[in-house]
Amino acid sequence: MASQSRPFDIPLVAGRKTPADVTRDICRSLEGKPTLLWWCGFFLALSLLALGLSAVSYEIATGIGTWGVNRTVGWAVGITCFVFWVGIGHAGTLISAILFLLRQRWRTAVNRSAEAMTIFAVMCAGIFPVIHLGRPWMAYWLFPYPNTRGPLWVNFRSPLVWDAFAIGTYFTISLVFWYVGLIPDLATVRDQLRGGFRHKLASLLSLGWTGSFRTWHRYESVYLMLAGLATPLVLSVHTIVSWDFATGVIPGWHATIFPPYFVAGAIFSGVAMVLTLVLVARKTMRLEDYITARHIDVMCKLVLLTSGIVAIAYATEFFTALYSANAYEEFAFLNRAFGPFGWTYAIMVSCNVLVPQLLWFRRVRSNLWVVFAISILINIGMWFERFVIILTSLHRDFLPSSWTSYRPTPIELCMLLGSFGLFFTLFLLFCRLLPVVAMAEVKGVLHVGHEKEPATGTVTPRPGVEEWEIANMGLPGGAA
Amino acid sequence: MSRRVVIGTFAEEGGLLAFIRAARSQGLTLVDAYTPYPVHGLDAAMGLRPSRLPWLCFLAAVTGAALKLLFEFWTTTVDWPLNVGGKPWNSLPAFVPVTFEVMVLSAGLTTVFAFLVLARLWPGKPPARRLPRATEDRFVAVLEESDARFQSSELRALFEQFGAEHVEEQLEESA
Repeated sequence: MASQSRPFDIPLVAGRKTPADVTRDICRSLEGKPTLLWWCGFFLALSLLALGLSAVSYEIATGIGTWGVNRTVGWAVGITCFVFWVGIGHAGTLISAILFLLRQRWRTAVNRSAEAMTIFAVMCAGIFPVIHLGRPWMAYWLFPYPNTRGPLWVNFRSPLVWDAFAIGTYFTISLVFWYVGLIPDLATVRDQLRGGFRHKLASLLSLGWTGSFRTWHRYESVYLMLAGLATPLVLSVHTIVSWDFATGVIPGWHATIFPPYFVAGAIFSGVAMVLTLVLVARKTMRLEDYITARHIDVMCKLVLLTSGIVAIAYATEFFTALYSANAYEEFAFLNRAFGPFGWTYAIMVSCNVLVPQLLWFRRVRSNLWVVFAISILINIGMWFERFVIILTSLHRDFLPSSWTSYRPTPIELCMLLGSFGLFFTLFLLFCRLLPVVAMAEVKGVLHVGHEKEPATGTVTPRPGVEEWEIANMGLPGGAA
Repeated sequence: MSRRVVIGTFAEEGGLLAFIRAARSQGLTLVDAYTPYPVHGLDAAMGLRPSRLPWLCFLAAVTGAALKLLFEFWTTTVDWPLNVGGKPWNSLPAFVPVTFEVMVLSAGLTTVFAFLVLARLWPGKPPARRLPRATEDRFVAVLEESDARFQSSELRALFEQFGAEHVEEQLEESA
């Protein structure tokens, strides 16, 4: 059948695996003891989480005055972290929904961990606006419910209410999408493990899945619909986040380019975070055969593309401001690039536009250490992008008499570190409790028995991942 | 009431597909097939009709969006009109984002809930049929023996013709 090799005929998994190998390899990481590296990471993440929790507790007990924000700079590190984490979440849905609809079957190796990343990132994101309310115990006021104050309803014209609905829906649908994808794999875990906590967990959550094809048939239809719903959802969420800014009258925020600019930035930062995580996961969990150099290569190209979109957005924004003949708009951008916080703008441009250009080179894309370093730099750059947008637009507003500066307090920095602690704690627990690779999907792309010619029964071996990598990337299979 | 079933196990999806096509063309009653992943083309071979869940999804989306829009209209123009920045009571364009989010939420949750009900899946349910290798790497066909055309030895031969590794008969309580 596959006598001629076309690029999309190449198997996605290295090492000529059988379905049983897939089950064994992925379930292996659930059994046995965690590695020393895992314990080190978990201890570090847990310490950061504890630091963040103490900072948040102190802030809630004392008040917003523990932050560096003031009358002019009302939003700073807190909202920066919110936008940063929501953005990180976007790559998970991109990989699980948009690439599913586009029939990009390489996604099977990374979609599970990318979706987990989405859920944990949205959890981190959701915390910041709630803390920022000042009285977080009143957070339920964001939702319309019959109350004794009239009832007084929420203002549905406000982007902040849209945001509450967008993040709430996004979290719920992402969680459901992730869980639906997990059901068949949980059944595999239930049937593989002999006993213990993970077996009990999988028995409870696999919902009695047997692999019945009548169920599979419906399941595929449900999965397709969820992907179809999640695709416009993911685009809407960061669009609405950008409206938090764009519907305001602040120069530097009030721009129609914001929705596509934010969505591209979100996908850019998200794919960079997926790269960071899968590069660590494939090494520590010995998943080199599943997350191959080819997967990294494809994701690097995605980073390059979105970096290009972000670069165009930066340039367009600046051009529009200078061309607008609006003194406030012009000043906001000149102040952004050359004002007291010009160094943050420099970090943003160099990490998000200049550094990713290295990914044009195949040698860079195939050197996983360099890719790892670039992905970290992009994460830093994208955090600073949100910081630049928020801070430099605010700190020198319309009246020079109210101009001020801003310096984050240790409490704010501890909260930032704490959000990373929460994220990595949850991610490391996920690696130990649930199958990190979508086993059923990977088995579906192995093409077992497809080499056999049905008429004659002759076997034509298909080229493996190793051959593809040598031919296309100039490196031995599964290297680095 | 109990029934006799024949369970045949295949190592490759191709064997199962060809067997099911042959068995159905001979008029045998297929109870179900069990596979580790959704095998391409098996729905056609088993003669399964396309799921009607997309219609339910569409209905839930329309209902959710309509109700939410009505609710936003009612709260801002009827129940407690509140002047926000001089904007009209019925600010329809500003109601679109929340309406969209609620549409997605109601469509998604309804579809998944309906799927779990239709497929009879619930937390902690024990598997209805113990076929542990079907969630790993084996492709299983289950046929019912109630049929008038049913001949145990012929069926065994048919299974073996398509390369079944293992064939066994079982007595089970029918649902």
